Amino acid sequence: MSNMQEIDLARCTLREANSQLQGEDATGAWVIRNPQGRHALAVGLNAPIDVMIDGQAGYYAGGMNKHANITIEGNAGPGVAENMMSGSTRVRGNASMAAGATGHGGLLVIDGDAGARCGISMKGIEIVVRGSVGHMSAFMAQSGTLVVCGDAGEALGDSLYEAKIFVRGEVRSLGADCEEKDMTADDLACLQSLLDRAGVTEYPADSFRLYGSARRLYHFHVDNAAAY
Amino acid sequence: MCGIVGLFLKNPDLQPELGLLTSQMLKVMTERGPDSAGFAVYGGARHGQTKITVRGVAPAQTALFEKGLAGIAGPEMSVTCRNDHTVITLPTEHEQTVRRFIDAFGHGVAFVSSGDSIELYKGVGLPEDVAARFDLAGMRGTHAIGHTRMATESAVTTAGAHPFSTGPDQCLVHNGSLSNHNTLRRQLVREGLKFATENDSEVAAGYLSWRLSRGERLDEALTASLADLDGFYTFVVGTRDGFAVLRDPVACKPAVIAETDDYVAFASEYRAFARLPGIGQATVFEPEPQRVYHWEHAA
Repeated sequence: MSNMQEIDLARCTLREANSQLQGEDATGAWVIRNPQGRHALAVGLNAPIDVMIDGQAGYYAGGMNKHANITIEGNAGPGVAENMMSGSTRVRGNASMAAGATGHGGLLVIDGDAGARCGISMKGIEIVVRGSVGHMSAFMAQSGTLVVCGDAGEALGDSLYEAKIFVRGEVRSLGADCEEKDMTADDLACLQSLLDRAGVTEYPADSFRLYGSARRLYHFHVDNAAAY
Repeated sequence: MCGIVGLFLKNPDLQPELGLLTSQMLKVMTERGPDSAGFAVYGGARHGQTKITVRGVAPAQTALFEKGLAGIAGPEMSVTCRNDHTVITLPTEHEQTVRRFIDAFGHGVAFVSSGDSIELYKGVGLPEDVAARFDLAGMRGTHAIGHTRMATESAVTTAGAHPFSTGPDQCLVHNGSLSNHNTLRRQLVREGLKFATENDSEVAAGYLSWRLSRGERLDEALTASLADLDGFYTFVVGTRDGFAVLRDPVACKPAVIAETDDYVAFASEYRAFARLPGIGQATVFEPEPQRVYHWEHAA
């Protein structure tokens, strides 16, 4: 920890903090002190640096991340790691709604629960939630993987395209065109690898169920009008 | 967009700081609602006494107004002025007569709230300025609810600012917008309710007061609102003994709760909690949609 570069938001502005982290030539490990729930912390990063947010984060923490590894020690507000391209984000507490929204890549791990619409419109991001997720999670998800170790709220995977959703607990209800799938050996291997990378060792991969798209709503057909 | 804050004290030792903590939370929510602000502070209930808050008693009218009050309520009444708001404390038996006097007084004087312990203040301007105008930081009490408004459904006026009080010791603050408020307002008017504004949130407050007046408990009234109110909302509802929180089924309006042994705090965003004592050790969670959360002091 001794070589950590420190940014104290009690002494500098958010813009100064983010501009220090956003350079493509930024290196090493950083810690952000006194985040106090501010919005847009560590957004738009573009270099393989380690950033630790030492407390609570507000909206859009780690948004648009490329390459960086971000850890939030407390809870995160709405839209954590939204539109992440690569790298990783870990939330040690709970995350609010729309965690990992529209993410194209990278790994988002939430050690607590995630709120509504976790992984909404995900486009390739991998999300592992140790706790439960709220309603309409993976809504319109296009690709990527959502792993939920706890329960999922109403309308899981509504209007799903091709993302994979693994849930260990109860699913309150499935959204339109989302259905349970048989788990293949490849699916199990994919899930196991993801759990390993997320550091989740407490649950065996075969204790999860797999959900995916029934592919009935890809193209409009009048007989399906009631399902939209 | 609007900002909501609420603070319910479990530890009586914090009561002298209620106003200060609430004012700090309110200021942080300025970015969510910079056009007007308001707050209800609960405390100081005394058996047999009622507090009535009114606003708009102009300096030139003060003597006439207070003389009229004294003529009804006699020497046991007391009057406290805070900027353009006035809190009248009087024996409960005179409440209805004083209400009629206020309603008939004219000169822009408007009834704001009444009850055993509620005092309610609101105005147009930055939340920080509104709070300073009434010296919120100097107020004490058991619980408080505040609101910072970014107007959508009706004009930026003092009357349109939150909280709305439509029943004894009741108040409501709202982040969101209702889409069936005109229909519901007409129905409630037929039930005998009166509304002071065209505001959607006042209809929600009136709806809850109407159900409570029919003997329902607050949690029952809130649960019924899930079926009858259409739109987006996070509500915080204050009563004499506590407050309740409800989010609509879609829950796109933010809400976060922090609980410690000393207090329960509510806010639209975590930022508002940053200066609360012991927040580092608080349990912080997001209330689930369609679920009524309720905290109350033992009566």
